[in-house]
Amino acid sequence: MAKKLMKGNEAIGEAAIQAGVRNYFCYPITPQSEVAEYLAKRMPEVGGMFLQGESELAVGNMIFGAAATGERVFTTSSSPGISLMQEAISYIAGAQLPAVFANIVRGGPGLGGILPAQSDYFQSVKGGGHGDYKMLVLAPSTVQEAVDLMMIAFDLADKYTNPVMIIGDGMIGQMMEPVEFKKPPPMALPPKKWAANGCKGRDPVIIRSLFLDPLRLEQNNRELFVKYRRMQAEEVRFERYNVEKGNKVLIVAYGTTARICKTVIADFKARGINVGLLRPISLYPFPMAAVAEAAEGVKAVLSVEMSMGQMVEDVERSVLGRAPVGFFGRVGGVVPTPEEITVEIEKLL
Amino acid sequence: MERTAEKVVFTRPEAMKNAVTHYCPGCTHGVIHRIVAEVIDELGIRDKTVGVGPVGCSVLIYNYMNVDFLEAAHGRAPAFATGIKRVRPDLIAFTYQGDGDLASIGMGEIVHAANRGEKFTTIFVNNAIYGMTGGQMAPTTMPGQVTTTCPLGRNTKDTGEPIRMAELLSALKTSAFITRVSVHSPRHIVETKKAILRAFRYQIDKVCYSLVEVLSICPTNWGLTTKESAKWLEETMIPYYPLGDKKTPEHSQR
Repeated sequence: MAKKLMKGNEAIGEAAIQAGVRNYFCYPITPQSEVAEYLAKRMPEVGGMFLQGESELAVGNMIFGAAATGERVFTTSSSPGISLMQEAISYIAGAQLPAVFANIVRGGPGLGGILPAQSDYFQSVKGGGHGDYKMLVLAPSTVQEAVDLMMIAFDLADKYTNPVMIIGDGMIGQMMEPVEFKKPPPMALPPKKWAANGCKGRDPVIIRSLFLDPLRLEQNNRELFVKYRRMQAEEVRFERYNVEKGNKVLIVAYGTTARICKTVIADFKARGINVGLLRPISLYPFPMAAVAEAAEGVKAVLSVEMSMGQMVEDVERSVLGRAPVGFFGRVGGVVPTPEEITVEIEKLL
Repeated sequence: MERTAEKVVFTRPEAMKNAVTHYCPGCTHGVIHRIVAEVIDELGIRDKTVGVGPVGCSVLIYNYMNVDFLEAAHGRAPAFATGIKRVRPDLIAFTYQGDGDLASIGMGEIVHAANRGEKFTTIFVNNAIYGMTGGQMAPTTMPGQVTTTCPLGRNTKDTGEPIRMAELLSALKTSAFITRVSVHSPRHIVETKKAILRAFRYQIDKVCYSLVEVLSICPTNWGLTTKESAKWLEETMIPYYPLGDKKTPEHSQR
């Protein structure tokens, strides 16, 4: 298939369609409304289901009901909307259902602003909703990568019967880039024996997150964490860029921020200074071992984020004292410039 | 004496599990569960039905009904059922919700599901109180009624008047079957079954959204005997919550 110039938000919607997904629930919110607008036209063309719910609260719970039947389903939203979906995400994780959420992150807290941010790292990686659970969180840094991750997200959700979140900052949603839709190799997935789709020829199933017996609830929590350990073993994704022996500084950055850091690294290279970049693609599971390995022998590590310092906590617990860990961030929709990142790195040399 | 073959005249519906319920003595949830189960059996839809349970006294309904079941977040059962029906319109879905769940925390979900004309059925059990959490005031609590959060009786000057959900939903332009019944006497139980049967038929025929509001007693939290509760329902609730069809798809143009 030839490459096509597409806006990130539209490409995310098309990727789900190309992945064979036909069920989408949504609620409009800037800067991701183009996904809903695109799919409002596109879903009927492919015989799919499009529904605009009355709120993100309702949409999250529609996702639960739809996913419980065993059908593949997704939604897209942005930070304040994702906050409203946290109730459903906690229930979906507790009931062990597969579903895909894309968050085109904008600045917060509160209504915040509508420009790009990475300040929902804690919300998506550390919990967000109540209870002990994790989502598999994937962060693209290009529109092409957003497409590629979207196309495997549904398989991953099914593999772990767990919510998967694609987290892109507003830049990923709003910019246009050439993309190609390449079908990933099919994953071997177990049959959905748990699905509530009518008890013909079998005993009824119950899909719930309620376990009043404390030992049974503890068992459910332990089952979840068996899955999360499996994610840690099998789903860690990252990119090493210019990571080599002789790196003076190691940058850890994801999404749009990582792309800016690549420009900075090229400038330093021209000056004969070797700076490496470890770009986490899976934010959960976090590439702890890869960060630790890349931090070996560097003078300092710098976490660059569009937040007040969130991922840096995971960087610190990965580096574990191998090198001092610094942080640089811009927030509120301000995207850090190569120049200001350069200044931060020079301070560490 | 001539022997005649024995004939079974009363048995447990297939859509009901052989389980002991946790309901208090005198509670009418069991009666309503059984009616729903009988209707599912009679319509022959057990193997394609998915129920959605509420948060409230009937939160454990999935242990009693012998059909696929989801347990919803508080008030969100209509959103769950919307999800089911939108991706699998061939399934039969129903929500079973109490008055705290449906008329308070779930007000948004029920209004919009009804307004979209979602093709599922709601069994709305109104006993004018929060049961499971221990008898707090509900949006449906009667004026002057004593609960643990209005110990001096519901003061409507501060808390508003009880919400008549069936009438409120009937005000929507979208076609629907909305009716109110009661289970405080055998005669009313028979009427309730007719209404629930009709509600499921509208869903099967893909006609419209259907909701049956069932006035129900809560002797434990009302602090009355079962007999007194039935009397209180008849004398206090029914005048405020009149029984009967509020809206039918045949007469939905208002």
